[in-house]
Amino acid sequence: MVQLTLPKNSRITRGKVWPKPEGATNLRVFKIYRWNPDDGKTPQVDTYFVDMDTCGPMVLDALIKIKSEIDPTLTFRRSCREGICGSCAMNVDGVNTLACIYGMDEIKGDVKIYPLPHMPVVKDLIPDLTHFYAQHASIMPWLETKTNRPAKEWLQSIEDRKKLDGLYECVMCACCSTSCPSYWWNGDRYLGPAALLHAYRWIIDSRDEATGERLDNLEDPFKLYRCHTIMNCTKTCPKGLNPAKSIASIKEMMVERRV
Amino acid sequence: MSDVNRGNRPLSPHLTIYRPQMTSISSIFVRITGNALLAATLLLIAWLLAASTSAVAFAWVQCVITSWFGDLVFLLSLWALWYHMLGGLRHLIWDTGRGLELKTAERMGWMMIIGSLLLTALTVIWL
Repeated sequence: MVQLTLPKNSRITRGKVWPKPEGATNLRVFKIYRWNPDDGKTPQVDTYFVDMDTCGPMVLDALIKIKSEIDPTLTFRRSCREGICGSCAMNVDGVNTLACIYGMDEIKGDVKIYPLPHMPVVKDLIPDLTHFYAQHASIMPWLETKTNRPAKEWLQSIEDRKKLDGLYECVMCACCSTSCPSYWWNGDRYLGPAALLHAYRWIIDSRDEATGERLDNLEDPFKLYRCHTIMNCTKTCPKGLNPAKSIASIKEMMVERRV
Repeated sequence: MSDVNRGNRPLSPHLTIYRPQMTSISSIFVRITGNALLAATLLLIAWLLAASTSAVAFAWVQCVITSWFGDLVFLLSLWALWYHMLGGLRHLIWDTGRGLELKTAERMGWMMIIGSLLLTALTVIWL
């Protein structure tokens, strides 16, 4: 359901302003969402000052610098630092992205960082992705076959393999789904762009033999058809993929199999 | 996974922190204009109903409709009608599987905004 305002326990108050590092001349302001499950307070936005002369170029560099030099309690997920693991997905400067591949030169003014939108917060910048992963699991993200296993591997023509380009690159960072207003309001039942892109990835795989079941599973007013082609997903995808197009392709297949 | 919904987890902010996007703004206005047109249609129905009721009732509604406020409502409705129609056309194009590249979709969004304003101006001049 559409609920435009945040619940009472989620309203944000002004947080702590952390001291400026001594001797730094090239300071940049960071405003970062904080919530600690153990202190009983509502979320706050803390202000940090980072010396850009001794900081790497990416948003993640600044976050790590803050954690190691200013405030060790700042909590966020990160791993690969090169846009392949999808861990550091967050809302930077008003759009969802991976902090490790988002350059701070692209941001004007203060750097504002929030967790992925409209998600339960575990701590600070860490959203609870349990439901998101469960939705991914529900589309059967694996090869389903019925014919006998071939002697070697399942073969695929070069053309058929090409159909998976633009799909297999998805790292499940959840930037797209949490940028989608439709997913904000109906995320409990609407699968969202990420899960649907993965659904399509298996639907058009020439080796997969469960296309009918996969489409049956999506034939639902909420799971698939809450997509209204808003396209915030495609706009925000840090890997440059197009979930909106995948969803449109599934809708097309739904029509094609009926006529 | 066992500690799902542990404690009183807050919901992260959404509408208030997400920067308005060409994609979402052009989309929400299709919905807003659609709903606004329903209200405008009710006004038209009130006008017709009044005409079939009595001369006094018609004169009263006529007075409201031809006032500056009525003009404003119908001018906005005219824009809403054009915008909603262009938005509908964009959806028809999308339904054929075309125009789903980000650049094209955003360009069509701009065409909806500029096109609806131009068509509104043209309609006003022509009428």
